Amino acid sequence: MDERNVLEIRDLHVIYETDQDTVYAVNGVNLTVKKGKTLGLVGETGAGKTTTALSIMRLLPKKIGHIKSGEIQLDGRNVMELTEGDMRLIRGDTVSMIFQDPMTSLNPVITVGKQIRESLELHKHGRSEKEIDARVDEMLEMVGIPASRKNDYPHQFSGGMKQRVVIALALACEPKLILADEPTTALDVTIQAQVLQMMNELKVKLNTAMILITHDLGVVAQTCDDVAIMYAGEIIESGTAEDIYEAERHHPYTIGLFGSIPDMDSKAKRLNPIPGLMPDPTNLPAGCPFAPRCPRCMDICREKKPETTRFGTHEIKCHLFAGEEKGSAPE
Amino acid sequence: MSTPLIETRHLKKYFSTPAGPLHAVDDVSISIQRGQTLGVVGESGCGKSTMGRTILRLIEATDGEVLYNGENILKYNRRQMQEMRKKMQIIFQDPYSSLNPRMSVADIIAEPMKVCKTLPDNKQIYARVNELMEIVGLAKRFVNAYPHELDGGRRQRIGIARALALNPEFIVCDEPVSALDVSIQAQILNLLMDLQDNMGLTYMFVTHDLSVVKHISNEIAVMYLGQCVEKAPADELFRDPLHPYTQALLSAVPKPSLRDRSALQNVIKGEVSNPVNPKPGCRFAPRCAHACEKCTCQDLELKECGPNHFVACALVNQDKI
Repeated sequence: MDERNVLEIRDLHVIYETDQDTVYAVNGVNLTVKKGKTLGLVGETGAGKTTTALSIMRLLPKKIGHIKSGEIQLDGRNVMELTEGDMRLIRGDTVSMIFQDPMTSLNPVITVGKQIRESLELHKHGRSEKEIDARVDEMLEMVGIPASRKNDYPHQFSGGMKQRVVIALALACEPKLILADEPTTALDVTIQAQVLQMMNELKVKLNTAMILITHDLGVVAQTCDDVAIMYAGEIIESGTAEDIYEAERHHPYTIGLFGSIPDMDSKAKRLNPIPGLMPDPTNLPAGCPFAPRCPRCMDICREKKPETTRFGTHEIKCHLFAGEEKGSAPE
Repeated sequence: MSTPLIETRHLKKYFSTPAGPLHAVDDVSISIQRGQTLGVVGESGCGKSTMGRTILRLIEATDGEVLYNGENILKYNRRQMQEMRKKMQIIFQDPYSSLNPRMSVADIIAEPMKVCKTLPDNKQIYARVNELMEIVGLAKRFVNAYPHELDGGRRQRIGIARALALNPEFIVCDEPVSALDVSIQAQILNLLMDLQDNMGLTYMFVTHDLSVVKHISNEIAVMYLGQCVEKAPADELFRDPLHPYTQALLSAVPKPSLRDRSALQNVIKGEVSNPVNPKPGCRFAPRCAHACEKCTCQDLELKECGPNHFVACALVNQDKI
């Protein structure tokens, strides 16, 4: 594993098995997160974004969710080989998660101060009781909540404040990696802007790496260094933010995704949606998963899975670019 | 100007709470011309959904008037209202909870026609159901399906077909696309715009998403804590937002481009204050960077400061901020 990376995922396959059928949720995902950088993981509902995050935490639903194959290297350790006991030491300490809905991810009958204390007590690192208390106050102040409110219960906070508490909780043990699963989707735009601004500042201050899971390409543009676009369990395009937002070549799905965002600056009346729906994850097409909706679909797309084509840091998984020279970065 | 299809005059809706009256909609006057779309934008809790429902009399107003074609429908009795309901329909936000899980697609779409007895027999009703499903782009094979078998976009199409079943003139769209993925959202927005063109529908489009509203609206009203703070034609509002809240709202939307990365710098501080017994004066004043004494001493009214551009702000008429 490269020293500069905090997380490396190689060829991850995750399935959900039920009595009726098998859902192929993640199909061969490769991801790298560099230390202190933010990776935006973009995709629609059901693309496998959250499943990927849960696999890193080893929190897939028991019995039905299985990691079929692949390798997850987190901070130099292979997550797949760890025991449940070791995992519990890692969760909240090396890697922590911010969930989408702040209303349901806090315990309603425990004060917010105690909830932040909980993870600090589990991962003590030789802190005394007093130091832990001081740390709770510090964390609340850091996310913009007066420390005097630590004895309040979650229902006494507004949605934006609750999400700040959740962020304080996730940051309490200074994790090397944060998995933020749609952290601002449940918030109003003005509050979303406040929370995003705060996350940007904290990221720089604490030098924490982050995977930001979202479907909002606007949020990604404002916060991420690298971007990976997911479709039907595969990463179909990835690269630096510049590669995704400014390069010339793109996967047709990426183009469709950008086209379907209502643009506030354009005059056009009609939108350009991607026709059709995401394929059924229990019955994926044999070739490229996007082929049935793709405006530039060729015969080969329906039969053979495309290989990844590399343009420097920019990677696209599409037959359109198959012939083009690899490794040459068009600068 | 001709009589607007829908007009509200000083519409008020207060909910009584133990702490005092909650001013959900406070003195809002809007009007929508036939065949046009009014976009109503605001954050959660600003009263935009309550206003939509009050206009349809799904919630009774506290005070004020709702005029439909010039007639005050708040004075209508039950029977008159029943007739009225055929002309006004609503599409709900959440396609997962607004459809009865134990009814098939065909029955859901047929229900309004059965309730209002607009068609004489089942044969005609179900013929009309097929027609409606075609209009909204639902394949025939879903006739006997149940809502849980369908995805969000298709469910929202059922909601739209149900709203169209009685040939309404006016539809309140209460965040119809906010529960959907972007690629599906664009499909539904295009469908709503096509239906408007073909059937001459009038929409009141309630949403928190400014980029959505620009595409679909002729006119936009921005609401804050129960009051309308700015009202203008859509293009005008985006080109020249005058109220500080509108400006803040516009700059808070993250733009999908790397050029505007610094845009998050000027976000507004604080949160929406309590709508129970609000203080007099501009309700945005506590969060407003330009607030002065004038803002808090008296209630402000919408003033016209451009053709059809109304703003309720003490500062705008002196000089532009």
